[in-house]
Amino acid sequence: MTSTYDLHMPATAREAIDLLARHGDDAHVMAGGTSLVLMMQQGLIRPAHVVSLHKVSELRGIRSTADGSLEIGALATHREIERSPLVRAHSAMLAEAFARIATVRIREQATLGGNLAHADPAQDPPPALIAVGALVLIQGPGPAREIPLEDLLVDIFTTSLEPGELIVGVRIPPLAAGTRAVYLKFLPRTEDDYATVSVAAAAVVAGDGTVRQLRVALGAVGATPIRARAAEAALLGLKADEKAIKAAAERAAEATDPIADGRGSAGYKRSMARVFTERALRAVLA
Amino acid sequence: MSRHLLKFSVNGVAREVEVPAERLLIDLLREDLALTGTKEGCSVGVCGACSVLVDGVLLSACLLPAFRVDGTEIRTVEGLASKEGRLTPLQQAFIDHGGFQCGICTPGQLMAATALLGEDPHPTDETIKHFMMGNLCRCTGYQGIIRSIHAAADEGAARA
Ligand SMILES: Cc1cc2nc3c(=O)[nH]c(=O)nc-3n(C[C@H](O)[C@H](O)[C@H](O)COP(=O)(O)OP(=O)(O)OC[C@H]3O[C@@H](n4cnc5c(N)ncnc54)[C@H](O)[C@@H]3O)c2cc1C
Ligand code: FES
Ligand code: FES
Repeated sequence: MTSTYDLHMPATAREAIDLLARHGDDAHVMAGGTSLVLMMQQGLIRPAHVVSLHKVSELRGIRSTADGSLEIGALATHREIERSPLVRAHSAMLAEAFARIATVRIREQATLGGNLAHADPAQDPPPALIAVGALVLIQGPGPAREIPLEDLLVDIFTTSLEPGELIVGVRIPPLAAGTRAVYLKFLPRTEDDYATVSVAAAAVVAGDGTVRQLRVALGAVGATPIRARAAEAALLGLKADEKAIKAAAERAAEATDPIADGRGSAGYKRSMARVFTERALRAVLA
Repeated sequence: MSRHLLKFSVNGVAREVEVPAERLLIDLLREDLALTGTKEGCSVGVCGACSVLVDGVLLSACLLPAFRVDGTEIRTVEGLASKEGRLTPLQQAFIDHGGFQCGICTPGQLMAATALLGEDPHPTDETIKHFMMGNLCRCTGYQGIIRSIHAAADEGAARA
């Protein structure tokens, strides 16, 4: 049972930040509430104060900026992102990754900011966003800052947010012309499950077949999503043939540190990380 | 600790209820308003028994804090049929095409399928499966549910 709390409903991000500063560790932010409500129901957290963001309209919305970036507000729901023509135009891969999360009901309630702040390594948005170079926009008591998503997710259920800081949105810089991207979510059990492993890849291949740009990110294979830098380095500047792809996927699997759980043993997940990285690389390079 | 006066409507009827901050929508509906058509199955957002529409959006009443429905229009299974008791084409199709067995999941199935047909009046099998996978049926009557949704879509097309 959820213990009782004092509810605050600020109208602006500034008010929310001030409330968090006033109540310190006794306060938790609520966005969609899908994770927070469950954690309270299970007695994992018992905040004395809950600061709900649902009236902070400045955190809503999805827009393109003058420099061609895509900006997604922290309160954009997974479903809004999945269905947004702006997101699809920027990166269809991103829209499809959000469409793979849980079920319609959860996607209607869960928000981008809540997903990233929750920092569960099995979540879908982080690898997809890392593959397209997403930056997280943060406001708090100190100066506003913008950091690569990889630097937000520091450990399992742990972010680099300072006390009282809010994620206000995500910015995805313009993608190079000709970028091909894919998100693969391995779901051997049920379609609404968390990933057993997931792989996102984005690449630019020159006319002669040389790999010009490549980003590969994996989910559910360690304490945080990982960027497979050794796999990227193994292919950059080369013409990717089947042998090179297999070797690079091997590098990606070596970088994983999966835990055994109901979705499989660590060894099984590492093998699947290799297999799905191969498939992702073939999809964007071949 | 804090209490909040909520003003909203359920199935077209205006309501005012004061609740503690932590009240969930499922308890507001079932306990405070005695609207027990909406079921509680898993209580963790997975099964879909508690599916309701809030301003037309399909949500889980077991995961939504009640304070979030202030100022909204809620629709539950009790609000599908007309006041005179005329069923919607979807409800009738569930009866005619074997859309339920024990019936415990049916309120949730009906609300999810209502949302689906609102978005896509002629869904394919694939669309139905993808949209409805959040509504589990322990009697495993999935084929009947899919048949019923197709039949309701055809009925809608015939009427339009
Ligand atoms: C049944 C179920 C299935 C799921 N399946 C999947 C899945 O397949 N894939 C997947 O990726 N995810 C899945 N999820 C997780 C879901 O995506 C997250 O619960 C959701 O994204 C959290 O968003 P929220 O807005 O509901 O956050 P909340 O529950 O409101 O908050 C989550 C955490 O983030 C903090 N927070 C929220 N917003 C901010 C902000 N703007 N700034 C700083 N901190 C903030 C909160 O204090 C809290 O600690 C599933 C969840 C459920 C309930
Ligand atoms: S009771 Fe809400 S989803 Fe199961
Ligand atoms: S009809 Fe029995 S659970 Fe669906």
